[in-house]
Amino acid sequence: MDNVTTHGSVAHGHAHEHAAHHELGFWRKYVFSVDHKVIGIQYAVTGLLFLLFGFTLMMIMRWQMAYPGRPIPLIGMWLGQDRAPMGVMLPEFYNQLGAMHGTIMVFLGVVPLAVGGFGNFVMPLQIGAPDMAFPKLNMMSYWVYFIGGVTMLASFFPTGGAAQSGWTSYPPLAVIAPGQTMWLVGMIFLITSSLLGSVNFIVTIVQLRAKGLTWMRLPFFVWAQLVTAFLLLLAFPPLEAAGVLQLMDRVAGTSFFMPSGLVVSGKPLMISGNGNPLLWQHLFWFLAHPEVYVLILPAFGIISEIIANNTRKPLWGYKTLVYAVVFLGFMSFIVWAHHMFMTGMGTTMSAFFQTTTMIISIPSVIVLTALLLSLWGASIRFNPPMLFALAFLPMFAIGGLTGLPLGLAPSDIHLHDTYYVIGHFHYVVAPGTIFALFGGVYYWFPKATGKKMNELLGYVHFWGSFICINLVFMPMFIQGLGGMNRRMYDGGAQYAHNAGLLKWNLVIGFAAWSLGLFQIPFIINFFSSIKWGKAVDKNPWEATTLEWSAPSPPGHGNFLTEPVVYRGPYEYSVPGAARDFSPQFEA
Amino acid sequence: MSDSSDIKSHLGKYWMIGAALLVFTGITVAANQLHLVVPLAITVALVIAITKGSMVAAVFMHLSHEKKWIYGSLILTVVFFIVLMTIPFLTINDTIGTPIHVSAPEHTGH
Amino acid sequence: MDIPYIVETRPDTGLANGKLGIWLFLASEVMLFGALFSTYIILRVGAPEWPHGELNVWLGAGNTVILISSSVTMVMAWASLKMKDWGKHRLYLMLTVGLALFFLVNKYFEYAEHVRMHELPSHSTFFAIYFTLTGLHGLHILGGVVVMLYFLGPGAKMWKANPDQFTNRIEYTGLYWHFVDLVWIFLFPVLYLL
Repeated sequence: MDNVTTHGSVAHGHAHEHAAHHELGFWRKYVFSVDHKVIGIQYAVTGLLFLLFGFTLMMIMRWQMAYPGRPIPLIGMWLGQDRAPMGVMLPEFYNQLGAMHGTIMVFLGVVPLAVGGFGNFVMPLQIGAPDMAFPKLNMMSYWVYFIGGVTMLASFFPTGGAAQSGWTSYPPLAVIAPGQTMWLVGMIFLITSSLLGSVNFIVTIVQLRAKGLTWMRLPFFVWAQLVTAFLLLLAFPPLEAAGVLQLMDRVAGTSFFMPSGLVVSGKPLMISGNGNPLLWQHLFWFLAHPEVYVLILPAFGIISEIIANNTRKPLWGYKTLVYAVVFLGFMSFIVWAHHMFMTGMGTTMSAFFQTTTMIISIPSVIVLTALLLSLWGASIRFNPPMLFALAFLPMFAIGGLTGLPLGLAPSDIHLHDTYYVIGHFHYVVAPGTIFALFGGVYYWFPKATGKKMNELLGYVHFWGSFICINLVFMPMFIQGLGGMNRRMYDGGAQYAHNAGLLKWNLVIGFAAWSLGLFQIPFIINFFSSIKWGKAVDKNPWEATTLEWSAPSPPGHGNFLTEPVVYRGPYEYSVPGAARDFSPQFEA
Repeated sequence: MSDSSDIKSHLGKYWMIGAALLVFTGITVAANQLHLVVPLAITVALVIAITKGSMVAAVFMHLSHEKKWIYGSLILTVVFFIVLMTIPFLTINDTIGTPIHVSAPEHTGH
Repeated sequence: MDIPYIVETRPDTGLANGKLGIWLFLASEVMLFGALFSTYIILRVGAPEWPHGELNVWLGAGNTVILISSSVTMVMAWASLKMKDWGKHRLYLMLTVGLALFFLVNKYFEYAEHVRMHELPSHSTFFAIYFTLTGLHGLHILGGVVVMLYFLGPGAKMWKANPDQFTNRIEYTGLYWHFVDLVWIFLFPVLYLL
């Protein structure tokens, strides 16, 4: 059964487990749980639901882009007179959908799933810890996030609707436009939740590593989570401060971000003035650029685990990967103003940010190269998690390389605020990070439930999504290079240069709705596998890291005996070993 | 960090630091009464504040003898703090052409 | 398995979990107030003129004295626990709470005076940043008071069951409290004197 445990300690472990289980009622066990695994699953399910919701907002927007001014089918009549009279979308509602799509996908979907979900569930197991360092704080993080999410959702309902100034919320528009107050309150909750979570993650990784688990024996996923936690810890507070300042501008009538002499709708705005709109952009991007790495680093971590496991050989250049990801995290704090080349920035600072931006692309390329080289000479197992991980590599490469022209001011001036930008960052986050997250769901589902997900449905989900998502985002590069602006509710039909580009909106629309259909196999698979999936043992993938030494699903306290680590994380196909994997937990 | 006899030897230091902080507060208020020119006043006030802050951090918060993980995290924080204090400021003041608020008073007066 | 290193320190890091946790939290607080100080610099340098003498220096200086004293009583509250002197600990912790409340009352009168003079946050950039910075700092004071009241009330039970853990908790509360004091040490000259 288990190679490490002795009979006596197994009995002890079970006794302990039973004692703990009898104490807790339904509410404490599944709702207000302090167990990192339950909280991780709560985060993951909530995150997945928000991803679906954010995606639905986008599918509605895509109807308007494909058929401007035509009534929205199916749901159009229920949207209400102030959003879509007779089912035809109003520009204000389009703006709300755009702002909330971005906000929900980033802050309520991807980060909670990647960090709150996978980080919470997998990281303590991988370091051999019984739980997070501060379980109650962990529970609080989730519920503060939940309140933030509810606030964001509720913001659609009051008169004026949700925030409409983009997920970036640039003032002065954001200070004047309706709906922004609830957005700010929601963000303050979400940021607080992230801060509590990141403190918990760092302390857990530093303090609760199992005996023998030295830094260079940590699974790469844990490294990625550690760097991510530091990014959240130090980059988020300035946005919290900025959120408070913008809230003051809206509620208390201050002018932190409002310059003097503003005229709105022909009337001068009665404010004290002397504020600086660029200040918001600095504080916002001080977070939001590191946030890009918060989105991508956990994805690196997930696919590294999957690739090592399914190539059956060690990751190529593990230490290089570690140093690259630490350097990446550090550099991500000093590149932010490459989002702001169009703000009249002088050449000195522009040169500084172009240089740092080019430097930060180096560790990203190192990571990608190391993962690509890991495939060399392997007999690859092409299961659903591995397909998603393999697809991540070229998708992230496209996303990353298309970013280079945006990091250089001369080309950015042409491409700024066009669909090229949308294509670029979606390649990083959608077929990049979200594919990695899907891969992670398939990979760790057996650990969380004790059941394997159906492979056939997994293949349908993967190939359908892979084809459709490229049809969604590839045409955006064409549109963007042609100069088509983002954020236009009819795609910018009044501009002559868009004439030949708008037809791509039909392709993108149909690809997006098909992409929606191809998520149905995943949803069916997810729920049916919990009940009818193939039951598995503790280590179905024959993996080497510590989480696979715990029962599937792990009980309270995770491990039956205190885990001890004897070797590095990816010792696959060790010459002379009896099997092609030598787990960390076996002497 | 230390047992009770060790703590006893620190007590005097805590009171001394408290007294020193109060003295420095007096100095900074007194310096303010001198109505120095603004750049000098800012320098004096900030030097005193940094001195006071360092005393609180070093003695009350025991930073004079901490563990390397705490030093490491704080050094990282200080680096990014400095970035946050300087780079937005430098960027906002590095503009193409003339900043609006410099040229505006000439045309509009008050 | 129970969570290790709650009271005892981990050999290779030399730390208990809470100690590292509170310092990381304070690191994030440094960045929070850092962003606000950065805002202050940018707005002040960008402003055509910056007001002087809008605030009552003596009230500000008085509050500085109060907070510094409360930092001393706080560190004594912890040191008394280390010396197993429960009575002195209670006395010093109560003094700390008292000084914190004194600070808030002072602040209330200061705010009320500004409101009476119609010097609201919307009045000027100076009052905007003044109310935001001191308001956020005041919330931190209030948070500290709540935590200390908890350790004076229901939280005090832990002293009997697990004195070492209780001492650690008071130490972490102290670290937070000194940080709040430290922020004020910078707020005072920046807002009242310069």
